[in-house]
Amino acid sequence: MFQIMALHRLSCRLRQTVNHVRCLHTSECVQQQERVAVEAEPESFSVFRTQESDPARHSEQHLGQHYTLPSAHIRSLFPHGLPYRFQQQAKTFNESCLMVRQPALEVISCLKKADYDKPALRYILYGLKGTGKTLSLCHTVHFCYTQGWLVLHIPDAHLWVKNCRELLPSSFKASRFDQPLQATAWLRNFKITNESFLSKIQTKQRYVWTKREFTEEGSSLGELVDQGISRVKSSSDVVGALMKELRLQSGQPGANFRLAVAVDGVNALWGRSTIKKENKSAVEPEELTLIYNLRKLMKNNWSGGAIITTLSQTGSLYTPKSAYLPQELLGERGFDNMDPFIPVSVSNYSEKEFESSYLYYMDRHWLQHPQSITEEGKKELEFLSNRNPSMFERLCGFL
Amino acid sequence: MSIYQVHIPAQVTLRSSPSAPGPEKITDEFIRKQKEEFEAGRRQLANMMGEDPESFSQQDVDRSVSYLFPSGLFEKKARPIMKPPEEIFPKQRTVQWDADGRPFHFLFYTGKQSYYSLMHVGSVYIFETNLSPYMLTVLVFFSSFGSSRWLTKDELQLRLVENVADQEYERFLRLMERLVVMPHSAALQDMVMQYRHQLETQSTKQTPPQLLMDERGVAYSTAEGHRKTSEATVIVRDAGGGRISINGEDQLTYFTVLQDRVQLMFPLQFIDALGRFDVECTVSGGGRSSQAGALRLAISRALLGFVSESQGEAMRRAGLLTPDPRVRERKKPGQEGARRKYTWKKR
Repeated sequence: MFQIMALHRLSCRLRQTVNHVRCLHTSECVQQQERVAVEAEPESFSVFRTQESDPARHSEQHLGQHYTLPSAHIRSLFPHGLPYRFQQQAKTFNESCLMVRQPALEVISCLKKADYDKPALRYILYGLKGTGKTLSLCHTVHFCYTQGWLVLHIPDAHLWVKNCRELLPSSFKASRFDQPLQATAWLRNFKITNESFLSKIQTKQRYVWTKREFTEEGSSLGELVDQGISRVKSSSDVVGALMKELRLQSGQPGANFRLAVAVDGVNALWGRSTIKKENKSAVEPEELTLIYNLRKLMKNNWSGGAIITTLSQTGSLYTPKSAYLPQELLGERGFDNMDPFIPVSVSNYSEKEFESSYLYYMDRHWLQHPQSITEEGKKELEFLSNRNPSMFERLCGFL
Repeated sequence: MSIYQVHIPAQVTLRSSPSAPGPEKITDEFIRKQKEEFEAGRRQLANMMGEDPESFSQQDVDRSVSYLFPSGLFEKKARPIMKPPEEIFPKQRTVQWDADGRPFHFLFYTGKQSYYSLMHVGSVYIFETNLSPYMLTVLVFFSSFGSSRWLTKDELQLRLVENVADQEYERFLRLMERLVVMPHSAALQDMVMQYRHQLETQSTKQTPPQLLMDERGVAYSTAEGHRKTSEATVIVRDAGGGRISINGEDQLTYFTVLQDRVQLMFPLQFIDALGRFDVECTVSGGGRSSQAGALRLAISRALLGFVSESQGEAMRRAGLLTPDPRVRERKKPGQEGARRKYTWKKR
């Protein structure tokens, strides 16, 4: 299995290099180009870029350097898309480069050293707005993916507690509500990300969806997911069943997978929602099937995996603009539920990281203003953005 | 005690035609009497306020009047004032004819004797210079004006105590310009300089704040600034990392709009000291852009202590040290706002 992984990685890297080369008509030419590219690339040295595209091998020495996310990985790992601004940038530059930063490295090194027989550890990335919490999470998730983990990624939990088009009373329990659209969308993405695991894992229980439809014990996970995608009505319950199966099976002796649960905006689970019932009263988050099951997953009563979460003020409901600390965003109940967790602070760019980011933009010819090349221009950018990554990107956008 | 109002119709007509012939309305006698009355009033006011009459200055008078007669009137000129009579009553010509009724001045019947005598002196000088060959050979040109300008029309009217028409003012300017470029014009310097207004260089008035030392021996300076209704106080510390805190917050979280941060940055960027100073700001009142403006002024003033004199002058020229005097204009009755009128409807 390991050999296969290594081969896979190599092929990925090859593919990445080919991406840079313009497409030619004859296959011979392509092969030649490929060889040249493979030989040439590692030699090209730059301060802000690293050729190491495997997050497992990132270490302190890569700090502040950019690594390229292979586009194949993006397609399978982030089918829902990366953060909007980052995606736009990736489209413009025709490559998606992530900076190797301290918080992601910290989580990755913890993941490497953790004992997976013990209950799953919970990591919370927190920090001010626009400091790169989500992208740090993406980096970590990419690590899990390259290590061959089963990745259960919820790109934004806030979306599950607001703007719900179709709210149906649950068939499983009358007091709960289903969100079929969100559930199917998520299941589809889950299927793309974890294609290889779907046939390997068997269900341990028999699930009855309707009178006629059921999933037998011992059927593959793929069947379960397909059930959710094809029968929209039962999709929320399928998500619940899926989470339950994974939770119960991971860390068990027979299981040959590691489970990575990545939740962006975990504070949505204990916040309030804007979804209204028929009598115009607000729906509590625990009344939503999706949130209810996700909360169960957040408990660390299972082993053989890790829970990596971020807090986010952006998109959260009824929270003050200045809040960013775990106790502020999670609230008392949420904090008690998440306790004990490993807090990882994500801060603004350090001087080195800012420099690297600036050089990257220069390299991409993204900074076109004549003043931006000068030292004063750089200082101005630094002052105006206050080294905040998101603000820096926005500022550079129109230079 | 006498409180003088500026708006006395009789004086306004006098001011509009100061050289009007006929009996004088404001006589020397009248002014002397007014002075006596003013002096008595001033002493009484000092007694009323319980202060020493000897050292009771005009500033104290103004303060006491605004205290005793509080006025909420918007127009400053409409508020009660108490000023020396010389300031209240316009300067007046003395009697210009003798007991027989014959005028003293030979240009009296031109109607504008001071103006025409000035023009006369000038043109006679030009005439004589052109005639005498000696004067054309020895060239002693006018030395520089320094920083001064010609009197404006209003100033000239006050100087001559006569009405001057636009055309006459232009003629005056033409004559003066011609006199200045004449050879041997240095002889006229004293006369010409009377009709020029000295401009003071403003930056000499700027007093840079004193640099203070904190317990670690790092220089710092404080300054205040204001704009509209915002008031700001800043402490600028040398040898910092370029950090800025506003009311204990980060600049990025306090000013979410880019333009406001540009305002903050400008003074620091102007003296090329981005990343050198740590700035601690307190600001209150007003909206975000006025707060940013107040901070800009305060930071510039505080930085003045750290920069050289020439740099300070450059800052003044860039307008960094000039307070923005614009304030909200009041709403007028019968109008929708300051300027906007109600929608006009025919019926």
